[in-house]
Amino acid sequence: MSVATHPTARRATLGLFAGAFRVWRRDMESWRKYYRSSLVGALGEPILSLIAIGYGLGKFVDLGGVSYAEFLAPGILASAAMNAASFEATFGSFTRMTEQKTYDAILATPIGIRELVAGDVLWAASKSLLSSVAVLVVATCAGLVHSAWALVLPAVALLIGVVFGAMGLVVASRAQAYDFFTYYFTLVITVMYLFSGVFFPIESLPAWARAVAWGMPLTHAVTIVRACMAGRVGPVLLVHVGVLVVMIGLAYAMAVRWVGRRLIA
Amino acid sequence: MSAPIIEVAGLRKRYGTSEVVCGVDFTVEASECFGLLGPNGAGKTTTIRMITCFSPMTAGRLRVFGLPVEPVNYRAIKARLGLAPQEENLDPDLSVEMNLLVYASYFGIARAEARARVRELLAFAALTEKATARIGTLSGGMKRRLVLARALVNRPELLVLDEPTTGLDPQARHLVWERLRELKRSGVAMLLTTHYMEEAAQLCDRLVVMDHGRIVTEGAPAALIERHVGREVIEVATGDDPARRARVLELVRPHGGRVEALADAVVIHTNGAVDVRGMLAALAGEELVHRRATLEDVFLTLTGRELRE
Ligand SMILES: Nc1ncnc2c1ncn2[C@@H]1O[C@H](COP(=O)(O)OP(=O)(O)OP(=O)(O)O)[C@@H](O)[C@H]1O
Ligand SMILES: [Mg+2]
Repeated sequence: MSVATHPTARRATLGLFAGAFRVWRRDMESWRKYYRSSLVGALGEPILSLIAIGYGLGKFVDLGGVSYAEFLAPGILASAAMNAASFEATFGSFTRMTEQKTYDAILATPIGIRELVAGDVLWAASKSLLSSVAVLVVATCAGLVHSAWALVLPAVALLIGVVFGAMGLVVASRAQAYDFFTYYFTLVITVMYLFSGVFFPIESLPAWARAVAWGMPLTHAVTIVRACMAGRVGPVLLVHVGVLVVMIGLAYAMAVRWVGRRLIA
Repeated sequence: MSAPIIEVAGLRKRYGTSEVVCGVDFTVEASECFGLLGPNGAGKTTTIRMITCFSPMTAGRLRVFGLPVEPVNYRAIKARLGLAPQEENLDPDLSVEMNLLVYASYFGIARAEARARVRELLAFAALTEKATARIGTLSGGMKRRLVLARALVNRPELLVLDEPTTGLDPQARHLVWERLRELKRSGVAMLLTTHYMEEAAQLCDRLVVMDHGRIVTEGAPAALIERHVGREVIEVATGDDPARRARVLELVRPHGGRVEALADAVVIHTNGAVDVRGMLAALAGEELVHRRATLEDVFLTLTGRELRE
């Protein structure tokens, strides 16, 4: 038996996507241990909101034409994607970055900060995919989906997940303790949840608030999802997708920089 | 002669205003086991972090496998390096076996090959029975062995071990030593830190002693003992009695050697021109130990007996 150096040992180094995929798979492997409890949380909450608010509150809301449940479903889908990725990329990634030292262990291998961050962001986005697909299935069964464009929604959910995964990692890279995330969730995530057109059209906001709303990624996400569910798809959606892509670029670059500063010091 | 595995010259690291590594020089040759000793806070881990691409140096020259340690080379260096860090960072979410398999995947090792290697490494680390155990259920010694196994997953040319046996019982420590000797015989170079002087004496071909970020001595263990302490040490117990201590000091002074008075003992190092026989004769009737000098004597001589940090 020899565990020693082998002159012909393969020295493959992985590219960005191959490396990110290895990190993603690590997260996947560890999740398999407790996926049951995790699924209940990730799927239960958005589905219950849709039912309780959509049908309960919906009876008292008149949007002229569409039912409130129809209006709400896309918002719930988009915010489920936002929440799933945000939780994973803050609490989950922070644990791996600090307590568990998983990031340090990974960085001792040819996997670099870029692949590490990309892998964790993709993992956060995978959780978005899961939550959103569950909402989509429920919404479809409830007759709230009116277009085959809904078939692109899993991809949209991934896109939303990547946006919030990258943003979450930026926050995690600056956090000193878990309390820090309370601020992020209260001041950023909850504000988006309430003012990005999930529960009411942002047209009903004053002009300045509308301008602020368009600066928030969830507003663009909800717009895209709503258009796909209703089948009102036009080229303007590409603008919204473009905004999200730019936000991904900025957040990813920032996360790479700050995670790097934190771990390579 | 092949190129050195590690070349360190004028290496410095500053955190804010405090310099914790202040101009360190050494080289580690192929197939060599090189020790980095020093009290707590001497800068050993910081030096290792710079060598293993975890901490950019403030100044100096640093090459590993002939490659300058710079971001462009991180990947290439880390592909050929095995690291067992001071702080255990096994993946608590994964089983023992998955820890190794997942780690292998980071090196781009194919699954089938990884499985074979993992089986081999589990046997090597005496962890075959624990393959499916969760990390939380392992003892400290098992974790340490798993960290070592994990560092070998890519068949490294250089193994960097930061305190590989701290906290292990004697059996576990001897097992690790045996494994490290096996690796050394098969040509793996090693950089090792330890607080066990016996470990350094047993494993290291050469070593440096660091203190306050500087190297205070360098050489082979036996040569260092010879140089700084001499072959033998005489320790005379004096209890808590100053008068007795003064008398012992009186007795030994004329015979030379480096004499050190501790609270409850007088310690004589026999390097230089020492009349050991004469001294022993003069000390007849005293409570004393006459023993071979060790690396621990060198360490204490060079870095003092004061507690650090
Ligand atoms: N990130 C950091 N920021 C500021 N100071 C640091 C940092 N890391 C280490 N130090 C300081 O650098 C000095 C050297 O630390 P280092 O961990 O290298 O010591 P060491 O020789 O490995 O000690 P030990 O034997 O206790 O492991 C210490 O005084 C430590 O407080
Ligand atoms: Mg240390």
